[in-house]
Amino acid sequence: MNANAPILPILIPLAAALLQMASGRLRFQRVVGLLATALLVLVTGWLTLLADDGLLRVYALGDWPAPFGIVLVVDRLAAAMTLLTAVLGFLVLLYASAGFDEEGIHFHPLFQFQLLGLLGAFLTGDLFNLFVFFEIMLLASYVLLAHGGGLTRTRAGISYVVLNLVGSALFLIALGLIYGTLGTLNLADVARVLTLPGYDRALARLAFALLITVFALKAGLLPLSFWLPHTYSAAGAPVAALFAIMTKVGIVAILRVQVIALEPVMPDLLDNWLTTLALATVAFAALGALAASRLHALVAWLVLLSAGTLLVTPAQASAEVSAAALYYLLQSTLAGAAFFLLAGLIAEQRGKAADQFLAGPPLPATWLKIAFLLAATTAAALPPFSGFVGKLMLLTTTRGVAAGPAIWVVVLISGFIVMAALARDGCALIWKHKAAGTPLPGRPVGWQRATATVLLIAAGPLLAIGARPLSDYAARTAAQLHAPGAYVTGVLGAGTTTGREAAP
Amino acid sequence: MEVLLSIAIGVLTACGVFLILRSRTFPVLLGLTLLSYAVNLFLFASGRLRIDAPPLIRAGASYADPLPQALVLTAIVIGFGMTAYLAILALRALSESGADHVDAHREP
Repeated sequence: MNANAPILPILIPLAAALLQMASGRLRFQRVVGLLATALLVLVTGWLTLLADDGLLRVYALGDWPAPFGIVLVVDRLAAAMTLLTAVLGFLVLLYASAGFDEEGIHFHPLFQFQLLGLLGAFLTGDLFNLFVFFEIMLLASYVLLAHGGGLTRTRAGISYVVLNLVGSALFLIALGLIYGTLGTLNLADVARVLTLPGYDRALARLAFALLITVFALKAGLLPLSFWLPHTYSAAGAPVAALFAIMTKVGIVAILRVQVIALEPVMPDLLDNWLTTLALATVAFAALGALAASRLHALVAWLVLLSAGTLLVTPAQASAEVSAAALYYLLQSTLAGAAFFLLAGLIAEQRGKAADQFLAGPPLPATWLKIAFLLAATTAAALPPFSGFVGKLMLLTTTRGVAAGPAIWVVVLISGFIVMAALARDGCALIWKHKAAGTPLPGRPVGWQRATATVLLIAAGPLLAIGARPLSDYAARTAAQLHAPGAYVTGVLGAGTTTGREAAP
Repeated sequence: MEVLLSIAIGVLTACGVFLILRSRTFPVLLGLTLLSYAVNLFLFASGRLRIDAPPLIRAGASYADPLPQALVLTAIVIGFGMTAYLAILALRALSESGADHVDAHREP
């Protein structure tokens, strides 16, 4: 059973999606989807516990040994990311099952496919397989984005799809170059071949530059990030909440490729430009947050801000910075998703004003106001919640690096701008009323949506309380990540035996 | 043959990029299709070009690298699905906004 654990996070959503497609009944699809994601949380939690022993679990698909077949590799990073995806997926699905899924067809199977793509992208150890999982994730996201209909979503959808299709073309060109120069697409084998002589260094460098560009497109690095606020603010609340983890796929991919393949041979590939552009992204996102006219759009800018902050880290090539980044990644994903869900709830209670920062009818429920305060405090990185802890860790660890002063200045000033924006817009949402200030009879929130939102918002305080064990885990994860030699021997060493024997 | 193939890839890419930069959805769609042709040829070439060689390893005989062919097949399938979805999305934008501008704006 343990030996087959790495494939389970991919099989569960696949089986659920097939089952859901077999029957078109919404009730059945909901039950299957919720059961599958709950199971996914258990399985990925178990996987995370298993992975904490520091061993690399290599699962050879079809039992083909590593450089020839496709492998799934579970280290602490992959396991933790799958757990995060599963938890987020479960809560978002709970929220969406309270009515959002009725606004269009095939929501549930597509949701499972999106999870499948995300989980696969975190688990795979093969670059072409990464492309395939990216495409599964994107294909589902194209349709989920358009879920609910309307011209705004279609418009956002067209530019999003076109941009990602061009991104896929670049991805394939990069893969073609890597295969043409190095003769392999397995990440560990690529790292091994890169250290050997006898390949065209210029072409390999070009290939990895293209690859990083594609990942930067998914992550929303500045010149490639204009699609992100546009797309995320057009998506429905649960879809946007799930998308909050999509930028993180690009960031984790950059981190992994950089640490495992690039750092030993071409450490200068990411230097300077990545940190500079990431800081520019942070500043751009802070200004965008200040200019946003709707809560949903504001949260989209905050997601971009957290992506920019995280993109500062891969070029630092330091395990400490990566550990801080992992904690920040965990909390910013949950905080962003929580805020998206909350924005959806608030918009429904304010009639025509929706989530625009205009004077409207007062919010009927007090808990929504308190939830907004908690979510905004976490998002603005104010103490005592997890946003503050994450930013503090990031700033402390970047103190020693060369770009440290620039990182401090940009991150702190943009944090201040975001705080000002949230304070101003929160006042407009909660305290500014029209003269006849009676609450509208909005759509009832329902226990599913309330539970999902409250649990995600509670992640802010909870992650702050559990900051010690979590940051310890993050430190162990980063230590394992920053030992590329162990990764390479772990994956290719399994080439002599089988994947099944490699796992204890 | 290498020259011919690289010229073909270059021309396809150039036409694709030119069409992608147009302001209507249909040329953009065609541009993406051309770009995916170029990418597929490029992937195919990454396994080196050989004539009269099957992608099967036999004793003594020359063979072509089978992996790029499998990769191209995957890329074709994925690209085809994506393009079909984009076509539907563009049609929906056309019916909703009355114009096939990429930003789905009404014509001035």
